[in-house]
Amino acid sequence: MTDCYTDILIIGAGPAGLAAAIAAKEQGIDSIVVLERESEPGGILRQCIHNGFGLHRFKEELTGPEYAQRDILRADELGIPLECGTTVLSVSADRTVTCVSSEKGFRKIKAGAVILAMGCRERPRGALCTPGTRCAGIYSAGTAQRFVNLEGFMPGKRVVILGSGDIGLIMARRMSLQSAEVLACVEIMPYSSGLNRNIVQCLEDYGIPLYLSHTVTDIRGRERLTGVTIAKVDEKRNPVPGTEIDFECDTLLLSCGLIPENELSLTAGVELSAATSGPVVSNTLETSVPGIFACGNVLHVHDLVDHVSEESARAGRAAAEYVQHGHSGGRFVPVADGPGVRGTVPQKVLPNSGEDLHLMFRPTDVFRSACAVVECGGREIIRKKAMIFTPGEMAEVTVRKELLDNLSDAGIIVRIEGEKQNG
Amino acid sequence: MDKIITCINCPVGCRMTVQLSDEGVFLSAAGNTCPRGAKYAEQECTKPLRMITAVIPVSGSSRPLSVKTSAPVPKDRIREIMRVLAEVSVDTPVAAGDIIVRNILNSGADIVATRNL
Amino acid sequence: MKKSDIVIVGSGISGTSLARELSRYDASVTVLDRGPDIAEGATKANSGIVHAGYDAVPGTQKAYFNVRGASMYASLCDELSVPYRKSGAIVIGFSPEDRDTLLHLLQRGMDNGVKGLRILNREEVLQLEPNLNPEVSCALDVPESAIVSPYELAYALADDAAVNGVRFVFNENVEKICRGEEDTWEIYTGQEIYSCKIFVNCSGASGALLHNMVTGGSLRMINRRGQYYLLDRSAQLPFSRTVFQCPSPLGKGVLVSPTVHGNLLLGPNAEDIPDPLDTATTAAGMSYVLGKAARTWPGVSVRSNITNFSGVRAHLDTDDFIVGAVSGAYGAYEAIGIESPGLSSAPAIAVYLAEMIAGDHSLTKKTEVIPYTPPLRPFRDMNDEERAAAVSGNPEYGNIICRCETVTEAEIRAAIRRPVGAKSIDGVKRRTRAGMGRCQGGFCSPRVAQIISEETGIPLQEITKDGGNSRILSGSVRTFLKGGNRE
Repeated sequence: MTDCYTDILIIGAGPAGLAAAIAAKEQGIDSIVVLERESEPGGILRQCIHNGFGLHRFKEELTGPEYAQRDILRADELGIPLECGTTVLSVSADRTVTCVSSEKGFRKIKAGAVILAMGCRERPRGALCTPGTRCAGIYSAGTAQRFVNLEGFMPGKRVVILGSGDIGLIMARRMSLQSAEVLACVEIMPYSSGLNRNIVQCLEDYGIPLYLSHTVTDIRGRERLTGVTIAKVDEKRNPVPGTEIDFECDTLLLSCGLIPENELSLTAGVELSAATSGPVVSNTLETSVPGIFACGNVLHVHDLVDHVSEESARAGRAAAEYVQHGHSGGRFVPVADGPGVRGTVPQKVLPNSGEDLHLMFRPTDVFRSACAVVECGGREIIRKKAMIFTPGEMAEVTVRKELLDNLSDAGIIVRIEGEKQNG
Repeated sequence: MDKIITCINCPVGCRMTVQLSDEGVFLSAAGNTCPRGAKYAEQECTKPLRMITAVIPVSGSSRPLSVKTSAPVPKDRIREIMRVLAEVSVDTPVAAGDIIVRNILNSGADIVATRNL
Repeated sequence: MKKSDIVIVGSGISGTSLARELSRYDASVTVLDRGPDIAEGATKANSGIVHAGYDAVPGTQKAYFNVRGASMYASLCDELSVPYRKSGAIVIGFSPEDRDTLLHLLQRGMDNGVKGLRILNREEVLQLEPNLNPEVSCALDVPESAIVSPYELAYALADDAAVNGVRFVFNENVEKICRGEEDTWEIYTGQEIYSCKIFVNCSGASGALLHNMVTGGSLRMINRRGQYYLLDRSAQLPFSRTVFQCPSPLGKGVLVSPTVHGNLLLGPNAEDIPDPLDTATTAAGMSYVLGKAARTWPGVSVRSNITNFSGVRAHLDTDDFIVGAVSGAYGAYEAIGIESPGLSSAPAIAVYLAEMIAGDHSLTKKTEVIPYTPPLRPFRDMNDEERAAAVSGNPEYGNIICRCETVTEAEIRAAIRRPVGAKSIDGVKRRTRAGMGRCQGGFCSPRVAQIISEETGIPLQEITKDGGNSRILSGSVRTFLKGGNRE
């Protein structure tokens, strides 16, 4: 059991971990280790072979592997060690990281700062409590994506997709393009949680019907899936009898949401947010445990990798600052979700931090021609207009640092002002 | 004649109202928040283009190769292009950026590897 | 024709227990199972409770075998390294009538010889289990009640039997049983004929069917399905012991119980269905279980539900087991109608039947028994020093395949190499817990499939979820692109 020390230890070499590592290194931290459980760096981007990544950051459209490759090359140039095939087993509150790999064995590494960047997981079938049989042919969309794009195997021939999250939409197109038949995409909510562009280019382009306000009510097949039944749901999301439609299919893909991967955050005793399911953080992305930072999808589930990279670079810089100058401490001002808003990150702000404040949140409903309003102690700080807010797209409001000087202890409230769109 | 279309150029996904002549010829677009939107609207109403990304089999490797078109190709030729890709023979090693098929079906776009294998 | 001295049909908890007992005698034993693996019927889908024995009516086979079987569990599970914990149970009541029922159970339990039973008042029971419905008024405390991993026990029993010479043959569905020459039985499976002197019916769901094949009788069995919720592991489960509600004529009611692996189990309901293989769950069944569980646990939440499943009880009209020689059919034996408390009873039934068979046929004990080598100790259960030593001894311990349950490549390979090894994704899952966690195999199943393929030589696209036609993949990207999937 080797005991060693590193200034910054980063868990995960996906886009979040890579961006955090690069930023910390560029901030002057020499001793950095990135631990990655897969055999190659890149995280989930390795299997996201479609294009559309990097428009904000690189001003061009890249595929997932290409986007990841840029960060991997940059990390290489900077001499950041990426230790693949290494799984972290636990993180303690004093920042001792226990990990294991075939190559280096069982180790405990003490770190000056730890950055959690493990990403997120897909909600499995159990979370949906869908009745029926437990046959083969039911996959989360990401598992199917891995089979097709990394392993070169098709999970099935006739496919129904439950959930219209982006991964589900992307897989609808992938399966169609790779010569499977996609019969339907079924969404329990009255709106899709995926990006509009994906509805157009992944469903409409391939003539795949989208059933809004529908869910799967039965799953059939003893060994391999033979069919599913879908039905319309009422406002309380309960199936409406008499609206059933049967599909004969051998594959059901589930794209029903992502949850931050919390196992390690919990071993460290990090406080979690009920709204995001990820850690509670301050504007420096530090969790409730000093010296442990979180960024990317382990913090809250993002829609765009560009935002993950940007947020993670901030975490990398903050961790560097922590290692170089210690904890800045001070009085936190809480940030709360107001009407129309859910899961604002960060959940607390250290005034006078000298940095702009990036507030990210999800609208609770669809709002058209609405405003996101940030206020503190009844005083409006900033408002941002948008043609549309939808739960499928994370919204962001940046508050310039000058506006953060005189925050009241009453805290910051983020809300959406505008008319909810029904149905 | 009006038509609502959604821009696919970026994640914002602007919904635009497009005006077409009675013959279906593009006249104007509104609701876009950037110039690329207007361009997209006109293109979409005349000759829609799409990028293709796909995985194709590689001899001597159980893992597939991910590829993309170097530029958007006509939407109505996607199936045809995929049929060509089914017959392409690729050998390892391949590097990201390697051209797998040059000017596929005279579309002006190449098929390019997006990973090393 | 395949000949052996003894053929056991069924490799659930009854069949594997008996196979192990009989492997100690000088006799060739073959176990046939319709399924692709050990324990594919009710043994893989039940509550996992070793009942203390207060519930069975004195004088019944159920009462006789339950108490004896339960008392064998601790040492059996210790010997076979199978997860088992005497976590205790309570039966809760809400009314004076319930209290009468509990007193009745107390008396019955004492008659059956169950130790430690006592009635608790409201304060006492709430102190034991603070998350109980505060409307509870009384409870029967059952400290001897235990929890076990039923399928892991069946795997260990089968492995032990196999290293001592028992042959296991899967995917063999018995279609016909007739008399052969010299008092032998001939068992037709459609693919093969198995000839034997001694035939034992341990077939669970088909118990009555096989009984009727050898007797020409018309015994009827009811397929009584029970559905469950399995909630995620948690450091602090709301209940530390099994909580039963007062029993009704249909069964022991809906229980809320920790499992040996730290999950929480809710269920089962009881519904009679025509097809014994129909293990689907239904909206009605799940909602019933949830409603009943809420009576025990008002704070019930299935937010952390990781899967639903169901099992089918093999219920006889007589409401009792049938164990022993089949009358009028020399050389035929049976253990049928083995529903709850069948798991608890299985070790005792096996000893009883094995001794009866050995006596009837003058079987002699083997002079040498090959001792059982348990599978590798789970990495998840090791401390730091043990983990460090494991990885330095075998680097495959350093490769974590299942993130949720911390299962290593070493354990998965070992599970496939066991005497009766895993051949499918579910086989690996039940032997190692890879894929048993909250992501339900989302991350690890592609890697597990790859390892099974490497170990067994089965091509990746032929790997199944659970045998038969449950292939997880439909073909290669190449085949699909070339239109091969349209054939």
